Amino acid sequence: MFGARQVDVLAELPDAPVKGRSLWQDARARFLRNKAAVLGLITLILMTVFAVFGGLIAQYEPDFVDFSLMGANAYRGVPSIETGHYFGVDQDGRDLYARVVQGTGISLLVGVVGSFVAVFIGTLYGAVSGYVGGRVDNIMMRTVDILLSIPFMFVLILMLVIFGQSLLMLFIGIGLISWLNMARIARGQTLTIKNKEFVEAAVASGVPTFTIILRHIVPNLAGIVIVYATLLIPEIILFESFVSYLGLGVQEPNTSLGALINLGARQMNNGTLWMLLFPLAFFLITLFAFFFVGDGLRDALDPKDR
Amino acid sequence: MFAYIVRRLAIAVPTLLILVVFSFVLMFAAPGGPFDSERPLPPEVMANVLERYGLDQPYWKQMFDYVKNVVLYFDFGPSFQYRDRTVNDVIAQGFPVTLTYGAWSALVAVVVGVSLGVAAALRQNTWLDYLAVGITIGAQALPNFVMAPLLVLFFTLMPALYFGGPWLPGGGWNGGQWDHVIMPVIALSTSYMASIARITRSSMLETLNSNFIRTARAKGLPMRRVVWRHAMKPAMLPVISYVGVAVVGMITGSVVVDVAFSTGGIGQFFVNSAFNRDYAVIMGITVLVGALTILFNLVVDILYAWLDPKIRY
Repeated sequence: MFGARQVDVLAELPDAPVKGRSLWQDARARFLRNKAAVLGLITLILMTVFAVFGGLIAQYEPDFVDFSLMGANAYRGVPSIETGHYFGVDQDGRDLYARVVQGTGISLLVGVVGSFVAVFIGTLYGAVSGYVGGRVDNIMMRTVDILLSIPFMFVLILMLVIFGQSLLMLFIGIGLISWLNMARIARGQTLTIKNKEFVEAAVASGVPTFTIILRHIVPNLAGIVIVYATLLIPEIILFESFVSYLGLGVQEPNTSLGALINLGARQMNNGTLWMLLFPLAFFLITLFAFFFVGDGLRDALDPKDR
Repeated sequence: MFAYIVRRLAIAVPTLLILVVFSFVLMFAAPGGPFDSERPLPPEVMANVLERYGLDQPYWKQMFDYVKNVVLYFDFGPSFQYRDRTVNDVIAQGFPVTLTYGAWSALVAVVVGVSLGVAAALRQNTWLDYLAVGITIGAQALPNFVMAPLLVLFFTLMPALYFGGPWLPGGGWNGGQWDHVIMPVIALSTSYMASIARITRSSMLETLNSNFIRTARAKGLPMRRVVWRHAMKPAMLPVISYVGVAVVGMITGSVVVDVAFSTGGIGQFFVNSAFNRDYAVIMGITVLVGALTILFNLVVDILYAWLDPKIRY
């Protein structure tokens, strides 16, 4: 039955055992082949470095008000290397470079933390709903449907007005809103996992339900959850910027890219365009980078689209 | 079909009630009353004021009255900030403005988005397709609060500097004159237009590759007839389910448009009230927007069920 050629091939095999490739190694290889995604990832790393260490080369503190430049920033606060105001000065005589570093940091932080909150609540909720099933599942998912049809931007603003505008409130509010879609995705994935043999084995050996969900279901949701968490971060950054653009989000002396865009847009008449364009550029680059990385991860990890 | 509509209504009505009750509870949890000020009012005056606004009633009674007035009479009560006006007056002033540019935006987003998407799908892998895909990717990261200042920059400030006068007014409403409507509509519709174009393109491509289209073409039908009579309806299904999301986003985005262009819609009142802690107006607008959202989702769902024979009621 075996031809001589096949025997040759077998003989040529190296003695060392063949190394298998794990799911994650496959995914990494696929991700690295996607040029846009890799470029996005590099951009994001640079952006994070900028947000964390960019303050070191700033010549001024972000909340330092130079009274001699206040109101005169249109002609004496122009971006320049010599004065140390790399991105110019805002209307209150503050160094825009330091402010953009701070704003980028806070926008990224809000995005990542908000996404974490959403992942935590959403995954648990979805896994429980999908695993338990039946009437519980029905009630839990109808609740999500109902909550999804509420205009949350307005409710969030209502909450910010009532409980005070703090970063913590923003995190809670945004996290509370964003978990809904995550819960749906996690539930869908749970349904495909819960009838697999390893879950059956766990049930047969008497593992309590909640331990099964935590030990066996949730880790297997990781791939899809990571994909949607990456896609969620830019959405949350957009969301926060929206609220901050209205002046209702992050409060002075803190700032975010949305708040900076707002201030820049208000000062356009005074000829201080750098106040708009620098934050806007950082905002758009960050968003694009996240979109590309998210798409790349989805192609790499989500088996549906392959 | 009828049972489906009834069941959707059975979810929509409690949702709205939950929203009303929830916003009332939130408002009640707020620290400080609306009439606490640096200089306290004399007790008798305070008592009168509280009575006028019904704030001397017990908690559950206030909630019940509020919900009852909203549901039965669509009456949101008096505004706390504008002492001589009710919330309904505020809404009556702002809502027509929001509705005007909102409707135009929805129309532009759907018409331009669908045309662009269909054109790109029919001319797949030509310059037109690449142009459309490029536009949609670019426009996706241009949300309304980024578009608004850029539009003012390019159509008002720069022409005023270099061409002797602004091409379009940078703000205001002026009774809804066309030149005041253009920029709000562009700012509000661009990113949704892009998403609709993207969805239309991919679903149109998928439909054009399916068997029944091949049959229609094999019978020798002209391409125009194939697209309009056979491909359009199934290709529009994902678009319709997205339009619901888009309209909700546009309603939310109207807040930004109102702030950026001072158009005087409900969004402007909403933000002003947020700064002035005028809870009555905030709640009124939140509930109104919630009702609109839920109503729109309902319409989209029913439309979807009517168009798609595969959906089970």
